[in-house]
Amino acid sequence: MEHGTVEDSTASTFSIAEEEHTLANSVRFVLNQDPRVAFCGYSIPHPADNKVNIRVQTTGDPANDVFKDALQDLIVMCQHVRGTFDNAVVDFRSKCPQTGIAPNDEMTEQSTGFHKEIANILTS
Amino acid sequence: MPKKGTKSSKGTEDEPKQQQKNKLPEHLEVQRTRVVCKADAPTEGFQYAGAFAAMGIDNSVSADKFCKNFKVVVNRLTEDDMEFDMIGIDASIANAFRRILIAEVPTMAIEKVLMADNTSVIADEVLSHRLGLIPLDADPRLFEYISENDVPTERNTIVYKLHVSCKKGSPRLTVKSGDLEWLPEGSQLPLASPAQSGDKQKTYTSFSQSQKDILEKPLGVKFKDITIARLGPGQAIELEVHAVKGIGKVHAKWSPVATAWYRMLPEVVLRKEIKDADAEMLVAKCPVNVFDIEDLGNGEKRAVVARPRTCTLCRECVMGPTGEQVELRRVRDHFIFTIESTGALPPEVLFTEAVRILEEKCERVISELS
Repeated sequence: MEHGTVEDSTASTFSIAEEEHTLANSVRFVLNQDPRVAFCGYSIPHPADNKVNIRVQTTGDPANDVFKDALQDLIVMCQHVRGTFDNAVVDFRSKCPQTGIAPNDEMTEQSTGFHKEIANILTS
Repeated sequence: MPKKGTKSSKGTEDEPKQQQKNKLPEHLEVQRTRVVCKADAPTEGFQYAGAFAAMGIDNSVSADKFCKNFKVVVNRLTEDDMEFDMIGIDASIANAFRRILIAEVPTMAIEKVLMADNTSVIADEVLSHRLGLIPLDADPRLFEYISENDVPTERNTIVYKLHVSCKKGSPRLTVKSGDLEWLPEGSQLPLASPAQSGDKQKTYTSFSQSQKDILEKPLGVKFKDITIARLGPGQAIELEVHAVKGIGKVHAKWSPVATAWYRMLPEVVLRKEIKDADAEMLVAKCPVNVFDIEDLGNGEKRAVVARPRTCTLCRECVMGPTGEQVELRRVRDHFIFTIESTGALPPEVLFTEAVRILEEKCERVISELS
């Protein structure tokens, strides 16, 4: 359900039933990353109410469109996470099918390969 | 061991070219990508997309940029537990995955107990509660949810029976979860006497076919050695249980994980060289052995950061006389994620299911808006 004014489509509050912090906080993050958004925040009006209000104010675009784009972005991100994760699992299985523990786990004294990999990611 | 945290160009989110041109000064880069744990409290940074716009640095995370930088590295993967590094993701989304894993990924659990006989010392309601918490070896994806007015069928209900007794004169008997017997044909308890003698006896479920025919493998319990009750001589338990699909939000017995958690990657930086007696003191201070002593020759010793990943952020090392020389940080977008499954689904499947559930949530809201 969307609450806005007829004249001004740039600011709206979206009231979503049966959702909570899980979705609202993720969407809030994605919206805050959008340059079209002037303000975004969410609240759960009462812990006994099973709903969440997400406020979106934009710099000119219709809030409804911006909100939908954010949700679409979140879907794209999730799909990418799923794909990357599946690849990482397949990769891991091919490297060490038996032990279930990476050969260069952090618990071993000579932790070289794994740490290097992480360090490369951090510094790249 | 490559020393971390000494370079300022650690912006995993920036494009390489832009990074060369517009590099943030080191102290701002630390503020942007790290949480610094001081002796008294951690310091917060900036997350707003335009926070460093004046310096020509784009602090935003668009979907494209996210896809380019996101990485996963699996550290441990066994039948029922896994640990992996999730790099380049915001805490809000990582937390959404964690919350969904605990409360919204469905499993099967015992919901109804039909008690035919219970002469044991354990009360009916306590026994029922214990039964509910037993992890079942049933893939929830093969079943449907049952609502209040639905008829229990082979698609939404699993039936088990427990019939144990302890003979008079024999020693005490321990009832284990392995004593639960799967009934693929449905309930065996009669609901009412048939109207005509030729009619089929009505039971508490109406299975149209045997679950043996629709499932690939027989259903059971995940662990056969969970103690349910103990029976004295002459005592008996006879009951039938109905397991249904549900989520952890409704009751924790449906939670597919023992727990799921994450922590940000710890980073320990020595600002100055710590030598000799101070080095020995620092190594002794750390309860998880993050630091090591390096021999420089000619009797000199120096402290080095050897195992930063084991750091629990107890902040012991940033207190005391050498406290100023050590800086404890956490990498803001690097999560060490651990999932401990209760057994219904393997941990890697649980995570993909959790991500899919977040997608479904978004889709639902989009379709409601348009």
